[in-house]
Amino acid sequence: MRIPCPLCGLRDRREFYYYGSDDYLSRPEEGALPEAWDNYLHLRDNPAGVTRDLWYHESGCASWIAVTRNTTTHEILRAELVAGQDPAKPAGKGRRKAS
Amino acid sequence: MRLSGKGLIDTSRSLKFRFDGADYAGHPGDTLASALLANGVKLVGRSFKYHRPRGILTAGPEEPNALVEVLEEGQQTPNVRATVQELYEGLAAQSQNRWPSLRMDLLAVNDLAAPFLSAGFYYKTFMWPRAFWERLYEPAIRRAAGLGRLSGKHDEAVYEKAWAYCDLLVIGAGPAGLMAALTAARAGADVILADEGARMGGQLLSDRGMIDGQPAPDWVSHVLAELAALPNVRLMPRTAVTGAYDDGTFGALERVGLHLAPRADLPRECFWRIVAQRTILAAGALERPIAFRNNDRPGIMLASALRSYLNRYGVAAGQKVTIFANNDSARAAARDLHAAGVRIVALVDSRPDASQDEPFPVHAGAVVTGTSGRLALQSITIRHRDKDIRIETDCLGMSGGWNPTLHLTCHMNGRPTWNETLSAFVPTPGTVPGLTAVGAANGTFSTAGCLAEGATAARSILADLGRTAPDLSLPQAEDAAFALAPLWDVPAPKTLWGRSWLDFANDVTTKDVRLSAQEGFRSVEHMKRYTTQGMAPDQGKSSNVAALAVLADATGRAIPETGTTTFRPPYAPVSIAAMGAGGRGAGFAPQRFLTSDQASRDRGAPMIEAGLWYRPSYFPRPGETTWKEACDREVTMVRTAVGVADVSTLGKIDIQGRDAARFLDLVYTNTFSTLPVGRVRYGLMLREDGLVMDDGTTARLGEAHFLMTTTTAAAGQVMRHLDFVQQAFCAGWDVRTISVTESWAQFAVAGPLARRLLSSLLATPIDLPFMGYAPVRLGGVDARLFRISFSGEEGYEIAVPTRFGEALFRDLLARAETLGGGPYGMEALNVLRIEKGFITHAEIHGRVTAFDIGMEKMVSAKKDCIGKAAAQRPGLIGPDRQQLVGLSPVGAGVLTAGAHLFSKGAEATRVNSQGYVTSVGWSPTLNRWLGLGFLQNGRARHGEVIRLVDHLRGHDVLCEVSDPVFHDKEGVKLRG
Repeated sequence: MRIPCPLCGLRDRREFYYYGSDDYLSRPEEGALPEAWDNYLHLRDNPAGVTRDLWYHESGCASWIAVTRNTTTHEILRAELVAGQDPAKPAGKGRRKAS
Repeated sequence: MRLSGKGLIDTSRSLKFRFDGADYAGHPGDTLASALLANGVKLVGRSFKYHRPRGILTAGPEEPNALVEVLEEGQQTPNVRATVQELYEGLAAQSQNRWPSLRMDLLAVNDLAAPFLSAGFYYKTFMWPRAFWERLYEPAIRRAAGLGRLSGKHDEAVYEKAWAYCDLLVIGAGPAGLMAALTAARAGADVILADEGARMGGQLLSDRGMIDGQPAPDWVSHVLAELAALPNVRLMPRTAVTGAYDDGTFGALERVGLHLAPRADLPRECFWRIVAQRTILAAGALERPIAFRNNDRPGIMLASALRSYLNRYGVAAGQKVTIFANNDSARAAARDLHAAGVRIVALVDSRPDASQDEPFPVHAGAVVTGTSGRLALQSITIRHRDKDIRIETDCLGMSGGWNPTLHLTCHMNGRPTWNETLSAFVPTPGTVPGLTAVGAANGTFSTAGCLAEGATAARSILADLGRTAPDLSLPQAEDAAFALAPLWDVPAPKTLWGRSWLDFANDVTTKDVRLSAQEGFRSVEHMKRYTTQGMAPDQGKSSNVAALAVLADATGRAIPETGTTTFRPPYAPVSIAAMGAGGRGAGFAPQRFLTSDQASRDRGAPMIEAGLWYRPSYFPRPGETTWKEACDREVTMVRTAVGVADVSTLGKIDIQGRDAARFLDLVYTNTFSTLPVGRVRYGLMLREDGLVMDDGTTARLGEAHFLMTTTTAAAGQVMRHLDFVQQAFCAGWDVRTISVTESWAQFAVAGPLARRLLSSLLATPIDLPFMGYAPVRLGGVDARLFRISFSGEEGYEIAVPTRFGEALFRDLLARAETLGGGPYGMEALNVLRIEKGFITHAEIHGRVTAFDIGMEKMVSAKKDCIGKAAAQRPGLIGPDRQQLVGLSPVGAGVLTAGAHLFSKGAEATRVNSQGYVTSVGWSPTLNRWLGLGFLQNGRARHGEVIRLVDHLRGHDVLCEVSDPVFHDKEGVKLRG
């Protein structure tokens, strides 16, 4: 598997650390209900098909990358910096997992 | 028998070799198989199950029979295919799976018992008593059935792994592959041409045909010379591409030194990972045998093998040769042999309408129904026009058609397509993205067709890659039509003894496959597992299609309907040593060494691993016989004088920016924005799920500049975490983090005389408050001085750029020793921190909360932080939690880490466990064992006597529960 790092280009997956679903980008606000935290921390989809998850280019540029890929074909559709192109608007903000 | 003037071998030189203790000679360019045949050796092995005498079946890597053990100094490599093993001076090999000798194998008694040894025999027979299977039946069966043996010694040879990248990977260097590679290479594309064989050229090396008016092998040499001269081409002979993976990645095994005379400068094998933008599969095709009675005798081989041995190696595999075929291609072998002066006794063609226009007898519409000859073929019986005819022959070439070598196209869940005309499976386009199959691998068998397909595929790929295809005309070559009439299994009357082999390697016959169908194992996957067909080292390369054709017949289904088994990597055997190259012993993981490493080793310190780091365990002094003596002395030295320890392994993260303080407030539970410049604060970090991630100190070096330290164990995890929080949640903030762990060497100087030591070093009196930081100059170098302590004594840590680490360490030791101090190692460091109740990852092991370790007050109520919300979850707080406590034995007991804690009167069973011990150490300061552990509602139980039970080591000790801080509770010494 090779991941197209937006900064370094196409690199072997051994350079990356896998974290999990991009749900981790949708951190509940302070004071959110326990259910929201439960959802954020524990509840994950396991799609056969398109998914978006987080990879850290640990042996590279230290970027966190949101990778959209297909779990059945292994095709990688998109890879974006978690910090976003515009540093003022991180990619994670404003996304909420539907519960 | 060697024919003079034939073949591509170098007959001017002679190579001596040894097989089963007898001496022979061959020539450079020979394989072990061709050299044995040239010496008239036909019997080379015994079969897996029935111990039937076996000869050489093929001339290629698919060989199922001729597996031998190759003997080298101290090593014995089993299951080496004699058809692949290149001959070298002094090569020594022996046959396998026979006792006492190849000609006289006592276990051949199995063959007499054959009627009872059909598929599933063992499973059905050795059912009872159950316990006998593992102890008696299985070992006995395993001894009887088998392949080669290993030496049982460590493989000390060198293996390598490597990566390669290219625009176009061409797999197979026959006509199609060479033409594709040449076309792409001339266009300037980066090309890798990999071929399993030692010599590139594929089928053309065994061909007497002409290409562009020159003999095929000459054309091959010209093309290879041109490719070799191009800087954008890498030729990889002896390299089997073994698997197709995602994103154009392929695994490949290069036999670098394995099949050559031992050479110290060559690794045996190299496992390659090749990443290609596009791939052309030109791996050729494998000829398949025909199943008929006793078709496994030495002397019976594939027709194409006969041709290879003749044209490539100059060897006639027999004197009176017969051919049995259902197609046109086998005639080339017969004609070549005839032209070379070898007598063709008969060509048996199963097709009634087959041409008889040959210079040797042709029996059209005939089949071979049986053979004779125990250790070598003597005669065959054919049925022609309802008459049985016996023909004397010492060599039979058979051809049941060709199977394209399409394995790689199926490695990513692809299934092949049945081609009725060829009676073979052909690749289904698009099953491996970016891969195109051409030539014989694609079911195109004529040389002209292969050349054309190779060129066309390369042109199409060049267009894809945006390159201009070169002006390259197609060479003229043979373009014969290929016709075939399916024949899998020559019908024969049912007898107890008659068997027709499908899978030579695993001794599977047509009878086994039919039995499988009869017993309900009708799916091809079930048949495979029931009969073990295709499960030998050759993975059924020459038998899979025939076996499923027989299964289709037995179950009354068509072949495509029956389907194939799943093709999985690797296509060819790959040794584990090659895949794990470099990973043995110390090569298993990278090693990280401290700048003080040599200085510590100079003092005889044994090193222990801490993650990837190597740290000194203790520093023995003359007269000390155990580690504990040294450890006790070092602890006392720190408590009474001064000790020096290298603490550079702790993670160091530099954090800068206007929002750095705000960022630390988010990742730490406590507040850092209030930390004044020049001060250090202890910080606790949680995971988002509320459990403790790490702890450490952070110094404020400037208004917008912090230096965080992490534990050694969690340095990588914390760095990753900080990057995540920063990029995911505060990407707009002005803060940047970077690891500087390797940039600074840092030493702890601890003990009542620490200040005196440092004052002498810095030539100024030290006046730094507890948890203070100051930049200092040390011999003209900018250094950092922190007053922090992990021992409970007055302690400092001094950091210098890494390149000065060793010098500083040696200087510190020299100064310490004048004060009655010295270095201390990990053992003493651990005892010191246990005495002081300081935690490490033994305590914060990923299942404890701030509440559990008594630090819930460090979670600031005034601000949010990572993990704060989740830390409040029900179940993570309260008297049911197991909380950090100190443990001291009542009386003279020994404490052990990992022991469980029980109420004094309770039975020591799992359900009664109230906690466990995480760290223990003998305290020379307090003269008793001390322990840290977690105990249910522990903080409310100080003073209670409980029971510590270590079921593993057999300890049962009464302990008193206490506060975890045993030494200097008030911190007088620390702050002094």
